[in-house]
Amino acid sequence: MSLAEKYPEEVQAIFAKYPIKRSAVMPLLYLAQREETYITKESMQDIAHLLDLTVTEVASIVGFYSLYHDEKAGKYRMQVCTDLPCALRGADAFLNNLCGNLGVKVGETTPDGLVTVEAVMCLAACDKAPMFQLQHGDEVHYHENMTVDRTLELIEALKKADVEVK
Amino acid sequence: MTHLLFRHRDIPEINKLQVYQKNGGFANFKKAVTSLQPKQIVDEVKASGLRGRGGAGFPTGVKWSFLPDTIWPHYVVCNADESEPGTFKDREIMESNPFQFLEGVAIACYAVGANEGYVYLRGEFFEVAKFLDQCIAEMEKAGYLGDRLFGTEYSLRLKTHLGAGAYICGEETALLESIEGKRGQPRLRPPFPAVVGLYGKPTVINNVETLTNLPYIIEHGAAGYRQFGTEKSPGVKIFSLSGNVNKPGNYELPLGATFRELIFGLGGGLPEGRKLRAIMPAGASSSIIRVDNASFERVMDTPMDYENVQNVGSLLGSASVIVIDDSHPMDWVINKTIHFFKHESCGKCTPCRDGNYWMQHLTERIHEGHATEKDVVLLKSVAGQMLGKCLCALGDFSTMAVTTAIERFPEDFEKKVKA
Amino acid sequence: MAKLINLKINGTPVTVPEGTLVADAAKKAGIDIPVFCYHPKMEPVGMCRQCLVEIGRPMIDRATGQPILDDSGQPKLQFMPKLETACTNPVSEGMVVLTSTEKATTGQKEIIELLLTSHPLDCPICDKGGECPLQNLAMTYGADQSRFTFEEKHHAEKHVALGDLIFLDRERCIQCARCIRFQDSIAGEPVLAFYQRGRNTDIVTCSDPGFDSVFSGNTTDICPVGALTTADFRFGARPWELKQAASVCAQCPVGCNVTFNVRREAKSGGGYAIKRVMPRQNEQVNEIWMCDKGRFAGYPYTESTSRLTLAPAELDSALSRAAAKLAEAKSDAVILAGGRLANEDLYNLKQLAAALGAPAYLYTQMGGGETTTAYGLTAGSNLGDLGKGDTVIVAASDLYNEAPIWHLRLKAAAQRGATLIVANARATKLDEFSSFVVRYAYGDETETVKGLLGKEKVGEAIKNANHLVIFYGADGLGLGGTSALAAACAELLNGKTGQPNNGLIGVWSTPNQQGALELGFRPAADLASKLKGKTVYILAADPAGDDPRLAEALKTAKTVIAQDILATETTRLAEIVLPAAAYTEREGTYTSAERRVQRFYPAVPVKPGTRVDFALVAEIAKKCGVELEGRSALLVMNKLAAGESAFSGLNYASLAEAVEQWPIIGRGDLYYGGTSYENKLGLGVILAQGAQPFNVERSTMKAIRPQENELLAVPVTKLYDLGTTLAPASRLAAQVERFAGVVLNPVTAAKLGLENGGKATVSVNNVEVATQILLDESVSTGVVLIPRSFAIPLSEPAAVKISVAEKA
Ligand SMILES: Cc1cc2nc3c(=O)[nH]c(=O)nc-3n(C[C@H](O)[C@H](O)[C@H](O)COP(=O)(O)O)c2cc1C
Ligand code: SF4
Ligand code: FES
Repeated sequence: MSLAEKYPEEVQAIFAKYPIKRSAVMPLLYLAQREETYITKESMQDIAHLLDLTVTEVASIVGFYSLYHDEKAGKYRMQVCTDLPCALRGADAFLNNLCGNLGVKVGETTPDGLVTVEAVMCLAACDKAPMFQLQHGDEVHYHENMTVDRTLELIEALKKADVEVK
Repeated sequence: MTHLLFRHRDIPEINKLQVYQKNGGFANFKKAVTSLQPKQIVDEVKASGLRGRGGAGFPTGVKWSFLPDTIWPHYVVCNADESEPGTFKDREIMESNPFQFLEGVAIACYAVGANEGYVYLRGEFFEVAKFLDQCIAEMEKAGYLGDRLFGTEYSLRLKTHLGAGAYICGEETALLESIEGKRGQPRLRPPFPAVVGLYGKPTVINNVETLTNLPYIIEHGAAGYRQFGTEKSPGVKIFSLSGNVNKPGNYELPLGATFRELIFGLGGGLPEGRKLRAIMPAGASSSIIRVDNASFERVMDTPMDYENVQNVGSLLGSASVIVIDDSHPMDWVINKTIHFFKHESCGKCTPCRDGNYWMQHLTERIHEGHATEKDVVLLKSVAGQMLGKCLCALGDFSTMAVTTAIERFPEDFEKKVKA
Repeated sequence: MAKLINLKINGTPVTVPEGTLVADAAKKAGIDIPVFCYHPKMEPVGMCRQCLVEIGRPMIDRATGQPILDDSGQPKLQFMPKLETACTNPVSEGMVVLTSTEKATTGQKEIIELLLTSHPLDCPICDKGGECPLQNLAMTYGADQSRFTFEEKHHAEKHVALGDLIFLDRERCIQCARCIRFQDSIAGEPVLAFYQRGRNTDIVTCSDPGFDSVFSGNTTDICPVGALTTADFRFGARPWELKQAASVCAQCPVGCNVTFNVRREAKSGGGYAIKRVMPRQNEQVNEIWMCDKGRFAGYPYTESTSRLTLAPAELDSALSRAAAKLAEAKSDAVILAGGRLANEDLYNLKQLAAALGAPAYLYTQMGGGETTTAYGLTAGSNLGDLGKGDTVIVAASDLYNEAPIWHLRLKAAAQRGATLIVANARATKLDEFSSFVVRYAYGDETETVKGLLGKEKVGEAIKNANHLVIFYGADGLGLGGTSALAAACAELLNGKTGQPNNGLIGVWSTPNQQGALELGFRPAADLASKLKGKTVYILAADPAGDDPRLAEALKTAKTVIAQDILATETTRLAEIVLPAAAYTEREGTYTSAERRVQRFYPAVPVKPGTRVDFALVAEIAKKCGVELEGRSALLVMNKLAAGESAFSGLNYASLAEAVEQWPIIGRGDLYYGGTSYENKLGLGVILAQGAQPFNVERSTMKAIRPQENELLAVPVTKLYDLGTTLAPASRLAAQVERFAGVVLNPVTAAKLGLENGGKATVSVNNVEVATQILLDESVSTGVVLIPRSFAIPLSEPAAVKISVAEKA
């Protein structure tokens, strides 16, 4: 199903927001990522069609921005900030410890496919390190002043919620 | 003191429309639209001496006056990309004092004759954007946005636009490209956005904090605003304090407050047993200030404003003060900053794209102890090779910490290459 | 005329028009500033930072607006602390540019060092080696040793097929975006883009099929490194082994100037072989571009296995037999000439026909020639000059497929402000760039054109045009329809002809149809009936292959004499076959549809066993007792110019004249304009105004009304078809395949139970042909498009039946 069929109102609202069509590409890409958690070739084609762009032009946007993904990973992307200010406050150790607990390396996904752990650049939460953001579909939520224990609890909760949905 | 920008710290729940209204909210926007000519506002802001809080410190009123009144429409774009490592002030403003911020955007729009304003938020600010959308909807309902505001001919609409993870989109022309649905790569300048900006039209781009000052300036006039800060750097500034301090966080202070007041006063000093070794006052793009026995007092007494920070070999920038204690060697610090810049280089121009690539390899090697003295020389040379030759400021930014770390902390590098 | 600006570059005074960029000003003054991303045909982007120079500008007194003078009365200069990019800064009065000071040179060296650090430096195996700007500049500026560690070098994918025709070596790419920008701003097909960012930035295409553009080859010319290469030339030869031969592309009526690159090689028994075709600059024709058909189909047929040859004795005997047959038939002979013949061939042929008293017809499905010779373009015309205030009409033609470079040039004219009106029964690629799209039903072409003046805005644009150029074609039309359409177009020109950049252009399917027309050749209305029982001499045409009815007619002919380069259906059924030299092997001239006469030169020697067309004709004539010039093309042209008023005054010397063109390309600094060739061998000459405008006949067409169970079949032209010279270009097989089929609206197809890609049988003019079904929403319902030269005979609109092929 095309985005316009799936989310008619939202697509319309996005178009209404800008004086030129092309500006809609970023919000539409988020929409495309909502359910799939990554952007499929079909969605790119769909968006290209909606905006009178070539699919190459759309792909080029996907490739540029780090919050768009062209490959499937875990359902949640746990993106730990390890940039300088957070690192000064122990973010690297936090990330290592977390990975150790989950039995994955940075960039890998837990065996159940739920969480991909990633290291990212500054998230504007430097005073609340260790922290990470949880990217899920088109949503991003911050989790600040975290400990490994609380993070593992969070993952448990996500797991439970996931099972319930299924 | 009472806060000008962080009024939420004085008034609980000011992020609710009624509370904001009760505390004088939108009276200044109304006053502007109903009783002031746009030019009067531009002149008042010029007189207030307000300078851009996004980093470059360009006088805000002067910037506005560059818009030609022969080309329409005009746009106002608020830069809420806030991606400089160590900067987290705009987020707090938008989360906790959103209406004052939006009132500021509205005033700027009126001042330059824009009927549309965009707030460009970094993609990670998903929740903030959702909240702002809600605030904007409330403002529309309350008659602060829409057609024929306050019974005048003036109409205004505000919109948010989410980026998607790219520091370079904080650079104003890259930001415009991003709103236009393109890769966030900087444009050539000139033409400047004031003449050819968003959708090719004259555009003002200002930082969140810059704009949040406006309601106060309208209410109290230039003179009122100049009560704070110094002659050359008037007003208040939010300092994002991070790193090795006991109480990291945002602190609103008049410009010209000293490093001592911030780090040891409000910031509660360094953790027990640690010594202050370096300060990066403008995030990852800073020239690193060396603090040692010889320079400690002088640095601590340096007023944090646009002029004086230069005297200790750095710049105020966006005032993201990263404090580094004596447990962190500089080769590690620059390895971190270069990791960031290499990741964020957009790749458009050669020196930044390839320069950062090599700087990363070199800092990595130096930090891991596999390097020789020649590598340190080469690293510094690459930084010099990039400086002043890039398409936008990101390239220059990436060299600042590297060059100053090598120059000012030679012992850290000597230790590394000998080991 | 733009204001002139005076400045000094390295001490040399330079005067250039206002708005000129420093890099261009330097180039004009003979000073080379190194550039990579900058290309004079595209907007500057300033991204490679190679062109760093010092720029000083006179200091201006704010109060008086006058320059501040120093003690010696000279304007004081202000130099920026940073080096500036020469490619992005326009000149200004009194500017001082320093390109080779220590500071500037250091900056340039620093950039090239960085570029080289992530480049593989595989020049010895790189196709660009020897003509590579990066290599040249590295030799000039580069250090001989790297300061960086080789193991840490950026590595990327090599041999990435972007499509069938173009390969990308990601490691060699220097991210200048020339290719992306060419596709976006010049070709109007943004199918290339950057992916990822920073050092990970890569060129990609996601189009399906890959690199979906008929201009793709041009990116390999302007790529300043060996990142983009063509499938045919890759690993084919080293540039320095190649000789150049100037030529004119023979694939369509535009007449793009090209250069054949040849070398002797073992594969050809030590003989010469053509290795590639490159564009040759002619700013009035193709600028520095060419289309992929010209590039990939322009030469392989020269060495095709289906080349016709005869041993000398056999050839002589064939000529004698042909002469005897013709001499015997006299006025009962019929001559049929294709538009691929050169002016020289046609001139001799015309003399022969006159001597025999036999009719000589032009073999074509498109009429209106008498109108274009009278109303065509005249000297001084250049589509590159069209812009604001001018109007261009394109009627019943799909230029993207029929004459791609015109598509590109009209797009550019529209972007410069010209009003572009595209009238067609279906959507074409040019619609996107037009100001007005006029749609009509097939059959209404002429009426539609006649009615254009009555359409408010369109009419205004035509009436008020400073210059009016009209292109008409045969999209959906046959001989009668195009003649009527041409007449209607001529009426719109209404006295505007005779001035430069006003006139009618026929979008012919062959390179020299205009030349044939200027020499008086005309198509025959009912060709089949004209052939029956006659002695037919057919040159450079394959009527039997195009239409079984013509094949039948030829079978009833008394004698068929066929002269061609490659074996065709027609040569197969001919009694006498005369093998002709390929145009790549000989000299001659073509007259483009813009009426520009252009010389082409031999690239390789004449294939043994063949002879040049005009010589074959002269030989026959001689054997018939008629003396014609057969010794050289130059001598034929001298006669032609003396005998034909339209060509009067032309000679090979005037046709070989070339003046310096802008942008300057192809000199030592290849980086400037890419590897296209400088034109040193002739820009061509446009024919003087044709015969005085004559009264165009107001003919009308009878519309075809298909029956209940029929569709309206209309012929259209596809760029890649089964044409005889195209077929040997094996690289284009996939492109040809894409278009091999009849095109229907999905609704029409659904009614007939046909699916995209499905097999079907078309019954046209009582011939049943198996074909493929292609669906396209832009085709009207009830219509089926029949691409020409795909073995489905349809010379003009007709009612047809289509049915699903029986499952085998
Ligand atoms: C690489 C780069 C990143 C930047 N990031 C930001 C940012 O995140 N927020 C911001 O307000 N300004 C940022 N700037 C500065 C803006 O380009 C611009 O100067 C500023 O938004 C103008 O607003 P102001 O005059 O109110 O400071 C950045 C500049 C560069 C070169
Ligand atoms: S492939 Fe060639 S033209 Fe394209 S960006 Fe790379 S170097 Fe430039
Ligand atoms: S920046 Fe001038 S040529 Fe590339």
